[in-house]
Amino acid sequence: MLRNVLRLYNSLPVGCCPLITIQTQTRQLLECRRTYSSATSERKKFYQDVSISQGEGGVLEINLDRRKLKTPGGKLFTVPNEALAVTVATEWDVQRDTLKFYTMHMTTLCNTALDNPTQRNKDQMIAASLKYLETDTICYRVEEPPGLVQLQKNEWDPVMDWIEKRYNVVIGSSSNIMGPTIPEETKDTFRQHLASYNFWALTGLEYVITQLKSVILSFGLIDQHLTVEKAVQLSRLEEEFQIHQWGNVEWAHEYDLQELRSRTAAGTLFVHLSSESATMKRKFLQDLEFPLPRKPTIKTPLLSKHSHH
Amino acid sequence: MSVSLRVTTLRACRDILKELRAVKGPGYRRSLGYRYVMDQFRKNQITSEKLCRSQQDLLHQASSYLCLLQSTRLHLSLHAEYHGEGSTREKGLRDVAGMVGLALPTQPGGKGWE
Repeated sequence: MLRNVLRLYNSLPVGCCPLITIQTQTRQLLECRRTYSSATSERKKFYQDVSISQGEGGVLEINLDRRKLKTPGGKLFTVPNEALAVTVATEWDVQRDTLKFYTMHMTTLCNTALDNPTQRNKDQMIAASLKYLETDTICYRVEEPPGLVQLQKNEWDPVMDWIEKRYNVVIGSSSNIMGPTIPEETKDTFRQHLASYNFWALTGLEYVITQLKSVILSFGLIDQHLTVEKAVQLSRLEEEFQIHQWGNVEWAHEYDLQELRSRTAAGTLFVHLSSESATMKRKFLQDLEFPLPRKPTIKTPLLSKHSHH
Repeated sequence: MSVSLRVTTLRACRDILKELRAVKGPGYRRSLGYRYVMDQFRKNQITSEKLCRSQQDLLHQASSYLCLLQSTRLHLSLHAEYHGEGSTREKGLRDVAGMVGLALPTQPGGKGWE
């Protein structure tokens, strides 16, 4: 931590009083850590009811009893649409006795999107996501044992074909340690595609990519080509192969599997619910359910009996 | 809209509600999640003839949410069993060894110094 303090000190403009500034920076660092350290310790459940209310500007807020939920950074917790609000409220609702923050993935994702603790913008997030393409799981093939080689060919090749056709790109796979060389056009195509997502959806997508360690599988999930269970199985293909041969260890393999599934499912749901189309679709469905009223008929005056035409 | 799509959608809805009941307890019908899920599936039934694409979207979202609920519940139970309070230190040495598939050695005749 002292290194961080020194780094901050070095970036300060010349002429600041050094001693006092270091103290305030250290205090700020400690405070920042204290607000985020609440995620690791366990807290007792301090509320009975969870409800959703409308806030300013059409966003929704979560209420725990009477109090409004806040992010770890101190901001008011707001979500743009009802579906996200319901999932977050359900996460808080199902807690018993103690609050287990490590199971509340949707809340964590919303907090990250709202607080943006790493202070990144959209371009930086897109660049970070695409960096995983060079070391994508699907692209790395082994040469032995033959069972695993065959399994990789059977399971991963269809996904590779799908994404190359869908986005009209060339990726390829390799079995040497350096991995495939991704052409620049491929990266540009993906960059353009990712730029169409909003900031919240990008947060979710980057989360999914880091969990699955694969950009290709994440795109397959987001484009609804794969289910969550299938994507997780493809990401863990070598582990599944070893489990098949040597047996399943519940306290390690099963635990990791369920944790990976829950995180990936949360990330996928987060991306879908944060995309613009979710709000648009809801409006469209509402219009279909309540048909537009008929235009009122204008009564024409009766022609008088004594018309002379 | 094919029949199999409708069947899988219904199954996803039923499984989500089962999960909510498992995790919330007896009052699950009054919860926010239950009401919202039922609402969404009912709305989708009305529009399902017109838009097949939205049916696919709903099915994918429903199966993702189902996976989220199931895996969170299983993860929590595994955590409680292997990493939680009373899962390692409070158990005896023999039980903890049994958890990882080992057995303590037995010596017929007891240890020499007992």
